[in-house]
Parts: sequence; structure tokens; C-alpha cells
Amino acid sequence: MGEIRLMKGNEALGEAAIRAGLQGYFGYPITPQSEVIEYLAKEEPKYDYVLIQAESEVAAVNMMYGAGGAGGRIMTTTSSPGFSLMQEGVSYLVCTEIPCLFANIVRGGPGLGTIQASQGDYFQATKGGGHGDYNMIVLAPNSVQEMADHTFLGFELADKYRSPVLLLSDGSIGQMMEKVELPDPKPYKPNKPWATVGKPKNRERNILTSLYILSDDMEKKNIHLQAKFEKMEKNEVRFEEYRTEDAEIIITAFGLTSRISKKAVDVGRESGIKLGLFRPITLWPFPKKRIEELASKKEVKFFISVEMNAGQMKEDVMLNVYGKKPVYFFGRFGGIIPTPEEILSAIKSHL
Amino acid sequence: MKEGYELIYKRPKTLLDKRMHYCPGCFHSTMHKLLMEVVEELDIQDRTVGICPVGCSVFAYDYMDVDMQEAAHGRAAAVATGIKRMLPDRIVFSYQGDGDLAAIGTAETLHACNRGENFTFIFINNGIYGMTGGQMAPTTLENQKTSTSPYGRNSATAGMPMKMAEIVATFEKVYYVERVSCNTPANTRKARKAIKKSFEYQMQSRGTSFIEVASNCPSGWKCTPIESLDWIKDQVLPYYPLGVLKDLGKEEVK
Repeated sequence: MGEIRLMKGNEALGEAAIRAGLQGYFGYPITPQSEVIEYLAKEEPKYDYVLIQAESEVAAVNMMYGAGGAGGRIMTTTSSPGFSLMQEGVSYLVCTEIPCLFANIVRGGPGLGTIQASQGDYFQATKGGGHGDYNMIVLAPNSVQEMADHTFLGFELADKYRSPVLLLSDGSIGQMMEKVELPDPKPYKPNKPWATVGKPKNRERNILTSLYILSDDMEKKNIHLQAKFEKMEKNEVRFEEYRTEDAEIIITAFGLTSRISKKAVDVGRESGIKLGLFRPITLWPFPKKRIEELASKKEVKFFISVEMNAGQMKEDVMLNVYGKKPVYFFGRFGGIIPTPEEILSAIKSHL
Repeated sequence: MKEGYELIYKRPKTLLDKRMHYCPGCFHSTMHKLLMEVVEELDIQDRTVGICPVGCSVFAYDYMDVDMQEAAHGRAAAVATGIKRMLPDRIVFSYQGDGDLAAIGTAETLHACNRGENFTFIFINNGIYGMTGGQMAPTTLENQKTSTSPYGRNSATAGMPMKMAEIVATFEKVYYVERVSCNTPANTRKARKAIKKSFEYQMQSRGTSFIEVASNCPSGWKCTPIESLDWIKDQVLPYYPLGVLKDLGKEEVK
């Protein structure tokens, strides 16, 4: 059993990163996630990771590009407007296939928005965000425990696929304190023969570039990337179900709203409504097949997607329900967290 | 080698034997060669990592036989920072043009200098955006015509040409700043010396070195390579004078 501590989500993320063998952190302060860099700054003397408070998120993501290209196990964390600034860099990192971990502790937008929790960056996280055809694995923790677990997992998946991985969390999970069982430290032994570390006499030089000026080469690169994304879709789908076995109504929710929806399921069941919860843990790859199966179940009457946005994940649910059942939506915006009662009354309005 | 002949000029082994895409007379090819000559002379090929910019030298990695990363436009200084901090014993250089270093990447440039990041900037200042077809750069001279300043750079609206070497020399942790050129054989030799000195300083962990090259662009300036040398002598160097702007190593020796 690992060490148990009471921690904020952001601190658990930082501690888990250290235990996963973090070698470089590059970030810029932004609420509600500044605790990550603060935590890492406090712990820095005990370890030998590189920590730079960059001049901007744009600089931070490009420091990631350099440090990741040089073979480091690296990470940045930010919140919505900051992640928007990083998007060009994400696109470069995907194309040059540099493994690294991002965490977006989402706050309400658009614009400068609010510093309260939101899930408004689902589209940005799962549909690309930057330019060009790409995807990245998106993990959506719903507890402080998972902030730690997903950090560990995220680093591993990044190396496994030589690709950036994103933790999509929110301001509430980042700020709230819970009990967390920390994973045991794991020595990191990188195997990155592609890294730019200086060319020994016995190998060709390593070039990390996303420039393919000839269309044929660019297409080839895209085909290679798509094959990799396909592998991720095949191997990395993760989800959780709660009381769906006999459910007539399926709530779909990720992150924080999945926990609130769990409560709504229990309360609803007490009053005789057969509710179940389907929670994607990977927002990309999206658990398409399982949604399709649930939609095909006779007893399932409808789906309702509960989100802290305008129904961004609802689109993915609808795509896979494929018209077999109605898909409704309930959500709050701008940093407002829905209550189980609100969710239930939204469900009742469709009965 | 024929008997009685002596080989006095050759391509360094660290420069790949490839036909370059640069326009005839462009200093990029000369600067590539100088850089790789120094890498060969110092015997640091196995621990050198370079960063190419977005601009005409975006393909620099096609010619230099060292590990390299291609940075996003303007971000070479941040990329160099990331590499150097991960691998402090490697020799790291960023190779950037004026649009890259002094327009879109100004923040990254200045902050890397302010932190005194221990790598070498090679700043190719030809006063124009060459790759995109000759638009005005932050370093374009006053009244100089470009495709986006067809009547000449108007300093009332576009400001004055930026003197990056002078600007970065003001940062305490910047160790060595020199402006060089390749417009004459003597200046080319000085440019090579400057690169070598900056790499040696880097090996001694002295901090940031910044080498600005008063460079040319015959295609963008719409002149012959020979005329471009005259333009450098008559127009560029009076505004961007050559020489050492800062050398803390020399001051230490005093």
C-alpha cells in the first residue's frame, strides 16, 4: 500500500509527477492550477528535475519541445486560456512525436472567463485544438486520487505511443482536498534512441522536425500518425459504469459531473427511477463501442449528458447512440457546478 | 592530391556534402560552413545540438551533421532553453533570422538572455523576410523598400530598425555579444572566431552568447550578390556597426 496523504488535486498531480520520475517541468502561473508549479518549486531541492517558470505559456510549451526532444520525462500544467496559447506547440509535439504530459485544469470561458471550474474545453481537448489532423489521449480524472493515478498513467502512455497525453481536469478537482494513496516512486529508465542528445560517430544524426515540404512526405507522415491514433483507439479506451445493468436512463458524464451524477443515480433509484451512469475516463479515445451497446439495450429509454458546458460531449454520445435513442442534455456554465437535485429534475422533465 | 599541390580549403566533415537551397551569394551557406568548421575544430560533434528557425534556414538540418530540432516560428530560444537545461554538458546553438528572433520571438529571445541561458544565439540579420518573399522585418533599414514597405520603411509608423545585439547586451547575464559579417574575407574570419569563442564560453558555463551577423539577401533586396556587399558596406554597417559589444571574458582578464 502506498503512502496516504490529504492533498489538493493540484498537489497530488505534482507529487505523482515526481514519483513517476519527472525530469522537467515548464509552466506559467494561472489560476486555478498554480499550486502545481508552487508544489514542484517547494520540492525541487530534494530532487534533480528541471523547473522553469517560463515567460508565457507559449515559451513553456516550446521549452517542453526542446526538453522532450532531448529525451526528458517532462510536463506542463495550465488552465484554459493558457492551454489555448499552447495549442501551436501541441500540434508540433504530436507531429514530431515527442512524449510529454499536459494537464489542463479547466476554468470557465470563453475569453478570460472565470477562475471557477468548468468542462468547457472538451472540444479543444478531444477534437484537436491546434492545427492539422491529430488526436491525443485525454484522461479525465474525477478525484484527487485519479489526479495522481492519471499522472502516472499519462507519462506511461506518452512514452508508449511517443505522443503527448492530456489530463483534462477542472478547477474543483484541482483545488479540493481528499485522501490520496500515492503511487510508489518508480525509477525512470528512458529508452529514446530518437532524442537529440548529440550525435555519436556510429549513428546518423537525429532530426526532430514537423516540416514535410513535399506533399507525398506530408501524407506519409499523416498516414503514420493516423495508424498510431488507431492503435490508441483500439487499446486505450477506458470507462466506468455505475448501476447500468438494468438502467432505463443512462447519464453520461465525465470528470467532476460524473461524481455528482453518481449521487443523482442513487437518489433517483430511491424514488424508483432506474438510473445508471456511464463515465468515459478517456475522452479520447472515446468509448464508442460501449455507448453503442448501451443504446442497443431494449430497456434503455434515453441518454442524458450532464456536463459543465453547453453539451460538448453530448455530440460524441449522439454520434454513437446513432439515433437509436434520444440523447438529452443538462448542463451549467461559467463555473457553476450542478447539484444532484438539478440533474434529477432535468431527467424528470423527460419522463 | 597532385604532387606539389597543397590543400588549403576544404569542406568540414561536419557539413554534409549536399547542394544547398540557398540563393547564390547568400551568407547562410557561409555561416553554416563556419559553424560546422568550429564544431569540427573543437571536436564536439557528438555533443552539439542545434535548433533551426522558421525562415530561409528552416532546412539547416539538411546540411549540418549534428542532432537538430526544428522550432516553431520564433521559439528557438525557448527550445534551446529546454534542451540545454536537460543536457547542460551539450553545446547548444539556436540559428535564427530577424523575423524569427526579433519579431515573433522577441519575448523568448529577451527572456532567455535575461536568464543567462548558457547557449549561443546565431542571429542572421538580413533586414528582410527572405523565405516569404521579401517583406519588411523589424530590422529593415529606414526608407528601405520591401514588398510590404514599397515606398520605403516609414519609421513614423513602423518604428526604427531594432538593434538586437545592443538590446541583449544590456542584460547582466549575457556574457558575450558581437556583431559580425561575411561581407569580406577578413570579416568572415572574425565571424568564425566569434562562433568559436562563444562555444568555448559555453563549455565554461559562462552564460548567453549572442552573435549577430549583418547578413544579406540578394533575392529579397533585388540586387546581385556583389551589389549586396556594397549595400552592407554603405547602408547596413553604418547603422549596425560590427564589433564586440560585450565580452565579460575579456573584462575578467583585465
